[in-house]
Amino acid sequence: MALTDNKGEGRASLPPWIKTTLLTIGSIAVTMLGLLFITFIIGRVMPIDPVLAIVGERASQSTYDAVFLELGLDKPLIVQFLYYLWDVLHLDFGTSLLNARPVSEDIARVFPATLELATLGIIIGILLGVPLGVVAAVRKGSWIDQIARVLALVGYSMPIFWLGLMGLLIFYGILGWVGGPGRVGIFYVDVVPSVTGLILVDALLDGNWDVFKDAFSHIILPASLLGYFSLAYISRMTRSFMLEQLSAEYVTTARVKGMSEWDVVWKHAFKNIRVQLITVIALSYANLLEGSVLTEIIFSWPGIGSYITTALLSADMNAVLGGTVVVGLIFILLNIFSDLLYRVFDPRAR
Amino acid sequence: MNVFSKLLTSAAIGLAVSVASFAAHAETPDNMLVIAHRIDDVTTIDPAESFEFAGSDISRNVYSRLVNLDPMDLDAGYKPDLAESWEVSEDGRTITFTMREGVTFHSGNPVTAEDAAFSLQRAVILNKTPAFILTQFGFTAENATETIRADGNKLMITTDKKYATSFVLNCLTATIGAVVDKETVMANEVDGDMGNTWLRTNSAGSGPYKLDSWKPNEAVTLSSNPDYYGGAPAMERVIVRHVLESASQRLLLERGDIDIARNLNPEDVAGASEAEGVKIADELKGRLMYLALNQKHPELSKPEVRQAFKHLIDYEGMRDSFLKGQYTIHQNFLPATYLGASDENPFSYDIDKAKELLAAAGVDGLELELGVREAQERIEIAQSFQNAAAQVGITVNITVGTSKQILARYRARELDIYLGAWGPDYPDPQTNAGTFAYNPDNSDEANATGLLAWRNSWDTGGLTEKVAAAVTEGDRDTRVQMYLDIQAQFRETSPFVVMFQQIEQSAMRDDVTNWSTGQAVTSAAYWQVTK
Repeated sequence: MALTDNKGEGRASLPPWIKTTLLTIGSIAVTMLGLLFITFIIGRVMPIDPVLAIVGERASQSTYDAVFLELGLDKPLIVQFLYYLWDVLHLDFGTSLLNARPVSEDIARVFPATLELATLGIIIGILLGVPLGVVAAVRKGSWIDQIARVLALVGYSMPIFWLGLMGLLIFYGILGWVGGPGRVGIFYVDVVPSVTGLILVDALLDGNWDVFKDAFSHIILPASLLGYFSLAYISRMTRSFMLEQLSAEYVTTARVKGMSEWDVVWKHAFKNIRVQLITVIALSYANLLEGSVLTEIIFSWPGIGSYITTALLSADMNAVLGGTVVVGLIFILLNIFSDLLYRVFDPRAR
Repeated sequence: MNVFSKLLTSAAIGLAVSVASFAAHAETPDNMLVIAHRIDDVTTIDPAESFEFAGSDISRNVYSRLVNLDPMDLDAGYKPDLAESWEVSEDGRTITFTMREGVTFHSGNPVTAEDAAFSLQRAVILNKTPAFILTQFGFTAENATETIRADGNKLMITTDKKYATSFVLNCLTATIGAVVDKETVMANEVDGDMGNTWLRTNSAGSGPYKLDSWKPNEAVTLSSNPDYYGGAPAMERVIVRHVLESASQRLLLERGDIDIARNLNPEDVAGASEAEGVKIADELKGRLMYLALNQKHPELSKPEVRQAFKHLIDYEGMRDSFLKGQYTIHQNFLPATYLGASDENPFSYDIDKAKELLAAAGVDGLELELGVREAQERIEIAQSFQNAAAQVGITVNITVGTSKQILARYRARELDIYLGAWGPDYPDPQTNAGTFAYNPDNSDEANATGLLAWRNSWDTGGLTEKVAAAVTEGDRDTRVQMYLDIQAQFRETSPFVVMFQQIEQSAMRDDVTNWSTGQAVTSAAYWQVTK
């Protein structure tokens, strides 16, 4: 007995919540380190010359050499990475090689644009996609199910570029119902002070309804487009999860007991798919937050997707790495958030 | 976006436009100019460093120079700007500028000869990419304060030898010739950078416009300078919005949300030209499209082979199809509208002639690698050339890559053939003569990667000396004739197949007048625009 007691006392007896927190932080650190390392190496071995990207093709050799040294490219790869890591740990993502601004400043400017668009997009996707999926499952084989199927098929297969341009042509060009490319019209550029970077929120904070209406008219089309693509995925997955539940014995039992169809569907079957649905929604949201490059191009939306893509094509590796850290963090945070929601909705996960 | 998507898009837009009229279009205010343009090439707006097209547009409107080009009369060449007049010393090496009185910077500080001297010295000392435009006159970081100096209201610059005055003054009209506000710039100096970090994203000029904001890949906003010595511009605010996609630019224009669309593709130009209230303006720009044959290749270095390749280009076929409206045929290294530019285009698409020349050179069954960057029009030109070459028994393998990938190999003299574009750096014929036809040391060790002749291992056959002589010739007409002679020899002997010169098509609302993108010689100006 004494031996057993000693063993117990010898262990570090941390409370479970601290252990969980430490594990989570550790896993975030390891994931981020791996992500940074891989992106850094890819950036360095890519057949793009970051010096040429800065000095241009006409620079003299002396100018080229000076920038080469300035960027520390003469040092071994691992040393370059350690320098970079040190800076990142001090929240310094470096300066964009191409526009000479701090990368953190650039990200603070472009990420809110994507966040605003993606959030509205996912809200539209959830509000329409989940009920559509549930109804399609309940009325399996009916015309509603067929419509849901066609909507999803079109959403999966139609090029977003083409759909975006058609949307602009019809709703902006011909009907004039929405604003054109850009986040706000020219009259409202820099009218409200940027507090959050989310124009809709900033306009509300400033109490400027004109800016809010204009910004909403500009965001609604690209957000609907992204929402539609999320809807296609969410509705199909919801339908599939619901069909599985509706064929379970407990549903049959509930129906036999005379429970109303509404209660059977929403209070029992739907309740059981919430955990799976959270994963689907979190994944969709994360994809939108990465930035939809094509949507951003068509709608001249200065978001993180086109920022990272432009940086990558221009060998602006500080910007690429900074963007990658943000996207990586988004995925990790959404995963943690999903885990937390699991615990709320599923007692077995607690 | 792939070709199929483009076709679908253009077809759909065209159809929709033809069956439905747009809703009543909005209008931008009378005192505001809104331009849609691709501005993702702006990397810095410090005039000592800026070397990209969209960045030069900003500088041209924000900074005055000693001498400048009038957007309403570009053919006249340089005119007085901040320098009211100038005199050249007897030995031709020193130019003394007399500064215009009463001009102020946007900060309110007076513009002085000291500011002008500081601006040029700073550009030389910083030695950023465009510094060669000044250092080619012998200015160095060490001698800058002696060779460029101010004395009261006078600015003196002394070159290392005598140059044509027009050559020196033309170079001073380039972006690097911008005069910055010394006091403001030095107040923002960090670690001895002469304000470079600050000026990359801020401005300190005295031009017709002040920079309000530059949001990379988003927008540039300028407001008029009411104290501009030439009079406040009619357009009190100019917004240049970054709109990458041609179809989006066209929609904005046709809806009246912008005044000018600068990057429409040929299909959208054709479509927009039929829209109500929209007009199209063409301007020849400086960009040349060319093929270059590496003279390290034993077969490509034969004169007959070089000539044969000049007959393997379907000049008219390409101009009239996928390059329609965007490029015109031009076979000389000086772009049309440049001093001394030749308009001779002697080569035509002639397979038989090419076969004859190749047979004379004893060439049969050649296999070559052609490097081209991933730009649609260039790839199509490469494919057209590939087809023509196949007809004379030459296999051309096309390597497509990012501009940096291909350029790195071109600069390392590794490609057999390079297909690319070249634009002039300043409005003087030396800008292109000094790279296409000048190569004083053709050895690998020289590493003169900035010279196109060196990149192609071409020793120029005596043109180097002729180019050097042309930059010192003081008589304008003689100088023009010298460049015409150089171009004639270049056409016949060089390994460069110059094919096309770019046309910029700006689509704009009917009420926009006096718009100028600066033709081949300079950048876009906004201060003369009215609506």
